[in-house]
Amino acid sequence: MTDTTTAKPKPAKIDKQTTSALLYLDGISVSFDGFKALNELSFIIEPGEMRAIIGPNGAGKTTMMDVVTGKTRPDSGEVFFEAGTHDLSQLDETEIAMLGIGRKFQKPTVFDMHTVEDNLNLALKNDRSVRATLMWQSSAPQEKRIDEVLDIVRLKALRSRVAGSLSHGQKQWLEIGMLLAQEPKLLLVDEPVAGMTDAETQQTAELLKEINRTKTVVVVEHDMAFVRELGVKVTCLHEVSVLAEGTIDQVSTNDLVVEVYLGR
Amino acid sequence: MMTSHPLIRLLDRGAVLFPVVLAAFAVVIPVLNLLTPESSALHLPTYFVALFGKYICYGLLALSIDLIWGYVGILSLGHGAFFALGGYAMGMYLMRQIGTRGVYANPILPDFMVFLNWPELPVYWYGFNHFAYAMLMVLLVPGLLAFVFGWFAFRSRVTGVYLSIITQAMTYALLLGFFRNNFGFGGNNGLTDFKDILGFNVQSEATRNSLLVISCIMLAVCFLICRAIVTSKFGKVLIAIRDAESRTRFLGYRVEAYKLFVFTVSACMAGIAGALYVPQVGIINPGEFAPANSIEAVIWVAVGGRGTLTGAVLGAFVVNYAKTFFTSGFLAPYWLFMLGGLFIGTTLLMPRGIIGTYNNWRSGRSEATEAKKSAAKEDGAITSPHAAE
Repeated sequence: MTDTTTAKPKPAKIDKQTTSALLYLDGISVSFDGFKALNELSFIIEPGEMRAIIGPNGAGKTTMMDVVTGKTRPDSGEVFFEAGTHDLSQLDETEIAMLGIGRKFQKPTVFDMHTVEDNLNLALKNDRSVRATLMWQSSAPQEKRIDEVLDIVRLKALRSRVAGSLSHGQKQWLEIGMLLAQEPKLLLVDEPVAGMTDAETQQTAELLKEINRTKTVVVVEHDMAFVRELGVKVTCLHEVSVLAEGTIDQVSTNDLVVEVYLGR
Repeated sequence: MMTSHPLIRLLDRGAVLFPVVLAAFAVVIPVLNLLTPESSALHLPTYFVALFGKYICYGLLALSIDLIWGYVGILSLGHGAFFALGGYAMGMYLMRQIGTRGVYANPILPDFMVFLNWPELPVYWYGFNHFAYAMLMVLLVPGLLAFVFGWFAFRSRVTGVYLSIITQAMTYALLLGFFRNNFGFGGNNGLTDFKDILGFNVQSEATRNSLLVISCIMLAVCFLICRAIVTSKFGKVLIAIRDAESRTRFLGYRVEAYKLFVFTVSACMAGIAGALYVPQVGIINPGEFAPANSIEAVIWVAVGGRGTLTGAVLGAFVVNYAKTFFTSGFLAPYWLFMLGGLFIGTTLLMPRGIIGTYNNWRSGRSEATEAKKSAAKEDGAITSPHAAE
């Protein structure tokens, strides 16, 4: 075992002005009515990295995403984006989305009444003001971009289908497609393979690796086979803070991780 | 492409059909009222013209509610307030037109102010003797109230039933205010005894028919504005907000700005409806602020079919015709029970309303052919990982 997997690491205070990290969390604590949902959570994501976050239910994975995307304000601690230039704890969901942080929800959330194409159109990187959407006209480059995304997520044949009629796996993919259309700098992906078949899981892993070539990705996942497939640095959360960090092999052989999460 | 969707094509036809139907009413009714002799079987009595004009105004109010309820999911139970404010703005103009023909023959002060021994016109009544100013206020007062109300409500993310309750509180507060004599709007009696509008006698047949035609035109114009809004990308964002508000927020849309815009537009339309209503019924009083009125208007939309625009107008016609019909017979005491029954019945048996159910039936019929088509398409894409599902 290497020193990267020391149990309960105490991260050294990093000067936020000099950090090169894309996402920087330091000492984040969140509590709801006295219940601690996150306790002194700290980790950093470098630009271009793909990181898997694992941990048992209630370890604070989703709360961590809520903090990063502005849904929940931390009680204490710092969240910075893009080498310390943006303090995310001071911004709301819309502002954070516009900075370039995209989020895929645990339960696939697409706009059921809209077609697949319209779902992507709404997600497409564009002026989001009231005026712009009132005056909006379809344009060739945008059509082309939608075509590209449809190709990547393999939904081209279903473009004019109403999203509500898609299968669970297709909705997951559409939502990933919407993330791509948003062209974010950082993608937060919450349980992308929940409820997928083995073949779909495999393809999703490939898709995320493909996306990671140009974007930074954080994946929260329970499926250890999938995490192994991704082959990236893993952070294990337990009891609302970081338990271990390292490669999948390091983490999965860490005694504490085995004890609290993987089981013997 | 979205435009090739069969349901949308049907609606597109509806978008043309609806103003055509309104235009037909606007031509046929005045012709039958003014140009046929009273003995003719085709003659329409003048009371019918006024009644139909009133329905058109209700239709416009219903349309404004459908725009926010059907497309963004904002259930306003206080939209009657915007309707009444538009009506009061028009009523103030009509009061100033009475001039010396009032009981007290005061050239400036309306009768109720003379009666209350008010020495002079309150400042907020200034300018209402000018038609253009009054019409500006018809749009501005409801619009401004909606903007301020919406700014606070949507920014604080008040949604669902809580928003409905505070809209109701808003209209109730206005009801209490307008009931007071010292509020300066005629108190309990409201504004009435109108004589002229733009120099024409409000009671004359020609004026009544003109008001009907103008109401039809305004309804058609507002309908086309609503259509343009809901079929644009803006409209797609509205539906996205209705169905998954926080998702829309995470996509980077400023949800409160979208809601605020459409809520304000809707309030202005309700104001126009009220302004057209007042000269046709000849009175505006605080009763128009009653929460029950607003709730009734929501029932019209539910009956006709929310999220369809035409359905809202149809619902307003159907329910109000039923009201006129039943409240003039021996069933009159039971009308409110019938209205309640209608709402429960619609919710249980026809949750999509008349037009929604019809659209469903239409698309259900064409689904068989559609399914064949899309099956053929998916066969072509058998390499897709999902084709096997």
